[in-house]
Amino acid sequence: MQHFPCPWCGNRAEVEFRYAGDAGVQRPTRTADDAAWAQYVHFRRNAKGAAKELWVHSGGCGRWFALSRDTVTHTITGSEPVA
Amino acid sequence: MIPSRRMEQGGAIDRAQRLRFTFDGEAYEGHAGDTVASALLANGVRIVGRSFKYHRPRGIYTAGPEEPSAILDLRLGNRHDPNARATLEPLADGMELRSIHANGTAENDRLGFLDRIARFIPAAFYYKTFMWPNWMAYEHRIRALAGLGRVDLSSRATSAAHRHVQADVCVVGAGPAGLAAALAASTRGKRVMLVEAQGELGGTVLYREAMIDGMPGADWARQAERVLRDRGVEILRRSTALALYDHNVLSIVQKDVAASANDERLWLVRAGRMVVATGAIERPLLFANNDRPGIMLADAALLYTRRYAVKVGNACVVATGNDSAYEVALALRQAGSDVHLIDSRPERDIDPSLAGSMRAAGIKLVPATLVEGAGGHRSVEAVALSNGQRIVSDVVVHSGGWTPSLHLYCHAKGKPSWDAVTGSYRPGSAVAGVDVVGAAAGLWDLDAMLRNATEIGGGKAGEAPSSGTGVRQWTAPTPLPAGKSGKRIWVDLQNDVTIADIKLAVRENFSAVEHLKRYTTIGMGTDQGKTSNVNALAVLAASSGREVAGLGTTTFRPPFVPVSMATIAGSERGELQVPIRRLPAENIHRQEGACFREYGGALRPAWYGADADAIARECIAARGNAVVFDASSLGKIEVIGPQAAALLDFVYYTPMASLAVGRARYGLTLGEAGIVADDGVVLRLAPNHFVVSCSSSHVAWMAAQHEAWRQDRFDLAQVFIHDATAHWATIAISGPASKRIVGELGLGVDLDDARFPHMSVATGRFAGRPARIARVSFTGERGYEIAVPATLGAPLWQKARAAGATPLGIEALGVLRAEKGYIYVGQDTDGETLPHDLGMGGPRAKRQDAYVGDRSLFTPAASKPNRKRLVGILVEGKAPIPVGAHGIELKDGRRRSLGYVTSSYWSAALGHPIALGLIEGGLERASAAIELEHLGQRFTGRLVPPCFLDPKGERLNG
Ligand SMILES: [Zn+2]
Repeated sequence: MQHFPCPWCGNRAEVEFRYAGDAGVQRPTRTADDAAWAQYVHFRRNAKGAAKELWVHSGGCGRWFALSRDTVTHTITGSEPVA
Repeated sequence: MIPSRRMEQGGAIDRAQRLRFTFDGEAYEGHAGDTVASALLANGVRIVGRSFKYHRPRGIYTAGPEEPSAILDLRLGNRHDPNARATLEPLADGMELRSIHANGTAENDRLGFLDRIARFIPAAFYYKTFMWPNWMAYEHRIRALAGLGRVDLSSRATSAAHRHVQADVCVVGAGPAGLAAALAASTRGKRVMLVEAQGELGGTVLYREAMIDGMPGADWARQAERVLRDRGVEILRRSTALALYDHNVLSIVQKDVAASANDERLWLVRAGRMVVATGAIERPLLFANNDRPGIMLADAALLYTRRYAVKVGNACVVATGNDSAYEVALALRQAGSDVHLIDSRPERDIDPSLAGSMRAAGIKLVPATLVEGAGGHRSVEAVALSNGQRIVSDVVVHSGGWTPSLHLYCHAKGKPSWDAVTGSYRPGSAVAGVDVVGAAAGLWDLDAMLRNATEIGGGKAGEAPSSGTGVRQWTAPTPLPAGKSGKRIWVDLQNDVTIADIKLAVRENFSAVEHLKRYTTIGMGTDQGKTSNVNALAVLAASSGREVAGLGTTTFRPPFVPVSMATIAGSERGELQVPIRRLPAENIHRQEGACFREYGGALRPAWYGADADAIARECIAARGNAVVFDASSLGKIEVIGPQAAALLDFVYYTPMASLAVGRARYGLTLGEAGIVADDGVVLRLAPNHFVVSCSSSHVAWMAAQHEAWRQDRFDLAQVFIHDATAHWATIAISGPASKRIVGELGLGVDLDDARFPHMSVATGRFAGRPARIARVSFTGERGYEIAVPATLGAPLWQKARAAGATPLGIEALGVLRAEKGYIYVGQDTDGETLPHDLGMGGPRAKRQDAYVGDRSLFTPAASKPNRKRLVGILVEGKAPIPVGAHGIELKDGRRRSLGYVTSSYWSAALGHPIALGLIEGGLERASAAIELEHLGQRFTGRLVPPCFLDPKGERLNG
């Protein structure tokens, strides 16, 4: 039952949010080779420890944002808008 | 009848109030203020249950949540608790209690013989022995022997709604340390909450002698409670903290909740700081037959004597290796018992003033001696000492030391550290927002804990309550038995694990703590080893030549005490668990005789009428005349703004920007892996205004998908997503007569086929409100879909019915669309289906611009010729082939699957069964003939194009 700081709504309960994967993943263009595209579609860092994650405040303002979170201790160190 | 062991004076019970109860069918009486355990003890009941594995008689062993043995089936009015802890349960008039693990009664258990063959059934016996042919062959019979309590499946206990609260400081435990912390925190304008498991605040000072601020501890606790109430502190009694979750959320189960048939309520408290003041649990001593009824922990005996006025025994042996049991010996002596105090420490290590006060009271203090074993079969009758002495006794109370209750601290990922001096774990690493105080922090001196707790609560040391109680050697490592008596010494009473079992595990190399736990089941009972874990570590260390400090601990997992599933569910049960979506015109469908089923979380008419031919009749009406169908749950996601067309072009596989205003287009959406995710119709109402009509069960996903790409790639001021699905009712009218019927609805839209052809959309009016009418079809017949504000769904339906349309349910619709080969995404597609597998390869071949999933359509796997493709399947005979039947071929002498049937129906229009399927190679297979198999049944079929009726689509304008 973590508390996440939505950049627009402030600290809200975890149940209001939906996890959306690693932050910073770039979508390749059509010209990408098979390996680069597979990397984009199927592979994620799945960090143990410090991680930058995308979350959606789906039960609130609906905005996506990047959350800096430690996946072991669940310590939150910040959040920022991505759009 | 005066209970035989109740003292005439003292205690906190109300002798004027008599409460009647039964145990294993016998009638007894107790008093208000009793727990079930104290009432049973006061009535002289010694055997309250049988042990888990060997069916040994067991008695009341503790006075708290750590109880391993006194677990009873409790019925009171509507309430049924299959494993109530006698030590925690306040006695109530009319309670019916039963022992849970006896075959018969606790007193006479038909499985008692198991104990006589115990040496043949050590740890892991069942798993090792019942391996042939496999464990499953025996499991049900062995399970029938085991189990702690039986759930009454007829019970429909309702539970209270959860409470969610926030606090600045939440103090768990209202013993002296918890009260001091709460007092300090509450003076500083903070919102403070105090949670106490017992019915009264004070903890140990309610029954142990302590002077605080010049008054008896119990008086001090009452005064502290008044002060806290005046300051607005929220105090929860009879409330046990179950778990401490991430970011300081504490879950608590509160008892005595009138709003709940199962007596409980779950609280979730988020606090800036948690103060853990949960005290410590006494550790048993280890000696032969230390599980006999009449043997209990020393502190429990003190509590029963002082709080409940129970004379626990006549000839008492108090066994210990620390100072905490000395007060117990004194209390038993004061209650009139003959007392031997057996201390493992030599005389020189015992405080002379303590020793002197014992002897002055007439207690026989025997230093430097261990209790080696207990005699007596059904209950304890004597003890044998290491000095060769034998003492006749009816009660043995013992204290091997104390174990701080660090469960909550450990839930919060605190790492405890081993303290070899006291033989216990103490808090080690700091945890942000969590403080541990009092005995839980490994503090045993009352003044030290009051000072520390005051400071933790935000106060100054000088403000702390003071006691003046001297420092005592409250706890010490449990002395381990020396000899090999051959008799069993119990470490875990609930799971029947002995020292010999631990040694066996070590011999077989299961010597890591986590392995030991699984091999012997130690600590795995509903008591989670509260009295056994530390002793198990000590025995493990000694028998494997290691230090306890290096062994680590098993993981502390919530909940701290058992909690019923009904309480965790709270009001989230039945319909409230996953609220079902309903059609706005549901009542009209009920009047029409609809049979309702749940489809993708929505309650919808499956068919109308009770006759067996309902579905076929509806199919015939759809092809012969006209049907009306409630399609309100179809998606209506509005995409609005100058970049709306560009967004849809990206989200959809089928290009949408080229759609003309006033037109509709069928299209597919993909995920980034290229897999077909949804199909639907997009309407363009105006240059910058589209409506996405997606599948009913994909609405939430589709809205989120549009929103995700909007925020990722588009100017947020140029395009907006609005899910208006629930705002509109959609009534679809379809069939050869549909044009006439829609004309009679008076929507004010010109329906002439030249100006309003198939795949057109226009806005008219119905009952003075906007009505959006789209010419689309999901039956293959001419069709119109009319969306009106939700409340107008029912009148629109009635008007269509009056004009002659027959109601159509989902099941018949499923047949009609399958006759046309219109897919259901998720039924006729699977997690590998790409758009060209469905014969929709056009955009893949033509589009050069970016769209979701684009690159995935050009991987080597996406271009393989033998991909599973959508086909029609015709089988011989009149019976539809089962969905899930596999197409098979012989390859190298073995049968292999070619794919499977995804939809299958009887077609009334065609007079034969039809099926759709995903088959390798599809219609490009060398032969159209195919063998199919389902659970041993064989079928012969033929692959055909996935459209069985009107392949040219002429009926769309029929
Ligand atoms: Zn927000």
